[in-house]
Amino acid sequence: MAEELKVIVFTLANEEYGIEVDKVRYIERMLPITRVPKTPSFVKGVINLRGVVVPVIDLRGRFGLAETEPTESSRIIIVAANDMEIGFIVDSANDVSDVMSDSIEVPPEVVGGVKAKYLSGVAKLDENRLLILLNLTEVLNRSEIIQLEQFGSES
Amino acid sequence: MEEMNQYLSIFIDEANEHLQSLNENMLRLEQQPEDIDIVQVIFRSAHTLKGMSATMGFEDLASLTHEMENVLDLVRNGKLSMNGNIFDTLFKGLDSLEGMIQDVVNGGTGKADVGELVQRLKAIVSGDSAGSGPASSKSSDLSASLLLDQFQQSVLMQSLESGHSAYYIEVAVREDCVLKAARAYMVFDVLERNGEVVKSHPSVQDIEQEKFDRSFSVYYITRMDEEALKEQISRVSEIESVRLNVIDKSSLAEMARAENEAPAAPNAAQREAAAASTAPAAAQPATSENAAPRSAPAAGSAAPRTIRVDIERLDSLMNLFSEMLIDRVRLEQLASEIRRGDLTETVEHMARVSSDLQNIVLKLRMVPIDSVFNRFPRMVRDLAKSLNKKVDLVISGAETELDRTVIDEIGDPLVHLIRNAVDHGIESIEDRLAAGKPEIGTVHLRAYHSGNHVFIEIEEDGRGIHRDKVLATAVKRGVVTPEAAKALTDDEVNMLIFAAGFSTADKVSDISGRGVGLDVVKAKISSLGGHVSVTSAPGKGTTFSIQLPLTLSIIAAMLVKLGSEKYAFPLSSIVETSTVKRDQIRSLHGTNIVEYRQSVIPVLSLAQLVDSPDYRDAEETETEMLVIRKGDKLAAVLVDEFIGQSEIVLKTLGKYLKNLDLVSGATILGDGQVALIIDPNALIK
Repeated sequence: MAEELKVIVFTLANEEYGIEVDKVRYIERMLPITRVPKTPSFVKGVINLRGVVVPVIDLRGRFGLAETEPTESSRIIIVAANDMEIGFIVDSANDVSDVMSDSIEVPPEVVGGVKAKYLSGVAKLDENRLLILLNLTEVLNRSEIIQLEQFGSES
Repeated sequence: MEEMNQYLSIFIDEANEHLQSLNENMLRLEQQPEDIDIVQVIFRSAHTLKGMSATMGFEDLASLTHEMENVLDLVRNGKLSMNGNIFDTLFKGLDSLEGMIQDVVNGGTGKADVGELVQRLKAIVSGDSAGSGPASSKSSDLSASLLLDQFQQSVLMQSLESGHSAYYIEVAVREDCVLKAARAYMVFDVLERNGEVVKSHPSVQDIEQEKFDRSFSVYYITRMDEEALKEQISRVSEIESVRLNVIDKSSLAEMARAENEAPAAPNAAQREAAAASTAPAAAQPATSENAAPRSAPAAGSAAPRTIRVDIERLDSLMNLFSEMLIDRVRLEQLASEIRRGDLTETVEHMARVSSDLQNIVLKLRMVPIDSVFNRFPRMVRDLAKSLNKKVDLVISGAETELDRTVIDEIGDPLVHLIRNAVDHGIESIEDRLAAGKPEIGTVHLRAYHSGNHVFIEIEEDGRGIHRDKVLATAVKRGVVTPEAAKALTDDEVNMLIFAAGFSTADKVSDISGRGVGLDVVKAKISSLGGHVSVTSAPGKGTTFSIQLPLTLSIIAAMLVKLGSEKYAFPLSSIVETSTVKRDQIRSLHGTNIVEYRQSVIPVLSLAQLVDSPDYRDAEETETEMLVIRKGDKLAAVLVDEFIGQSEIVLKTLGKYLKNLDLVSGATILGDGQVALIIDPNALIK
């Protein structure tokens, strides 16, 4: 039985990505960000989200894509996963889509410059629209950050 | 079931308190075995514990406490004097009780084989003062008869004269009744709704604490008639029998006479007889049935006026308060912009009230560390005894307060470190004498506040850490390579003992060599957001120092500006704010230093530390400077500008950004911006 999956669709470097709706808490316009020193460059800092301090990362930087200045359409998607809340800066977010679970395929090694381990699959929306689904657990994996932290403190 | 759980947690809390008090006072008594006052305190604790345990149905607990109580009873009545055997047996009893209570905490039934201990205790009672024990307890039962004093008699007399009825009521609960105190309470409830209890036996307090066997009796004034009263009381479930005796003027008069005679012949039985004659048939069965309960000690019942609150409620109180505080700061800012007199006044008043409130909210969560420290004297005593060492434990700063959550967690690491100090640190008596040290080793356990942290130190004057030995082991266990080992400083070598899988003990003893190393201690302390360090001098001793956050959610802070960014420093670690001219800063071996109050302290540039994007202090001729402190070390931190002091609400940066080196948290400023809080302890190494 094919199940219907609701996903939030956002864009990043002209590709469309999806995060399951139940993982997304809010979608915000850009907010003032306070820089946090001694963190990897894709960690943009922290924001005040209605009284809660939430870390924000640039998803472009996280995936090793070229970072750009935020624009009018830039959004912060607040997701809750791995027992934490975190904001993703994306180029735009404006859509909710239904994806049939049987249309999801295993991602190839690299999609749109993003390594497969950060992705959970690729779904075909229609003839010429591909939706890349994120593997949030891996995106939020701190082990790489810890490596960076150790690297930073030893240097 | 829910209700039972609630009772259980109260039972556990109180049982632990009594155990603690028992332990402490036993130790005190060991120092002053002749002090009967201490015995009284111990007796009372044991007695209460027994009652509580019996209520909750923990029979083994109750029976062991009962036997301990019997021994103590003889001691406090001067029929038995304390000796080593008694101390050891009682201490063993306490351990056994602790084990049982622990079992209850872990969801067990609190059962344990106490037969042997009970026998030993019984032997003490019978052996050393055969016969006198039971006799004395019996007489104390009898003496607690239900006599009215003159005031009570006159109250009864007046009530009779004003048309009330007076009764002597005796109520017996059923043998299988589970919550006797609750039933008794319900009876009292009925009584108090319809009249007034003049006197009860046992006292109301004792009845509430279930210090009665199966029956209790009261003198009672009411307007109700006998039948209705009897019926109402009988309606309480699990009541076996209710007996009412009407008291009239003549029986009162008789009672008064008996009272006068009693002092002349203070024989318990006779007094009993006197009382019985006034309330015929009633008092008699009461005493014959009541063979077990002894006259409960009335003193020590001045309980502190406290209530127990679920810590989660405190947490949510704190969270709500933090929210309010952020709004307060915002309001203050708005008021200063709008500039309306009455608004400003109101906001100022609110600020004052909320800062008082804040103090209270914060204090609610703080617990003196004494609640952790107090178990150590006993532990060190036992340890030293089993190791054939002589050790003095000197505790200071036990009143230092820490957040409840930290208190709950810090116990185990401390136990480990203290065991370590006594087992591995302090030498055997022969070794100490051979090294020209006093026979008795000393372990200092200190706690003190410094900055936003609490420091706990464990210092002993034992053999110290031997660099070569540690290094040899570390190399053998593969913790460091032989090459790297040579380059390590002494302090770094000392820190090796915290490495996983490290143990320097030559032989594994059952004291601290349980395969759990100091790495576990370190991990635990780190998980509390603290650090542990060790300094040692071979032959002189070792000091473990633990630094813990207060985990206050609200702190006073100094806000500073650094170009476009704002940072907060906890006020508690700031010694002074001042300015420094660029040319006063000198370089010494690559470290910037400045003279400060006849000493030289290092200078740190906050801009450099946080890689400020738009501020360089090197470009200034005169710079604002914060002097901060960690323990007795000072350092100067250069900043751009002081914004001012403020109460800030501590927020974490979230799990994603934990374990940051320089930043201990964040706060939300009045304008809604997030400012990072600098951890001053990370600045001073």
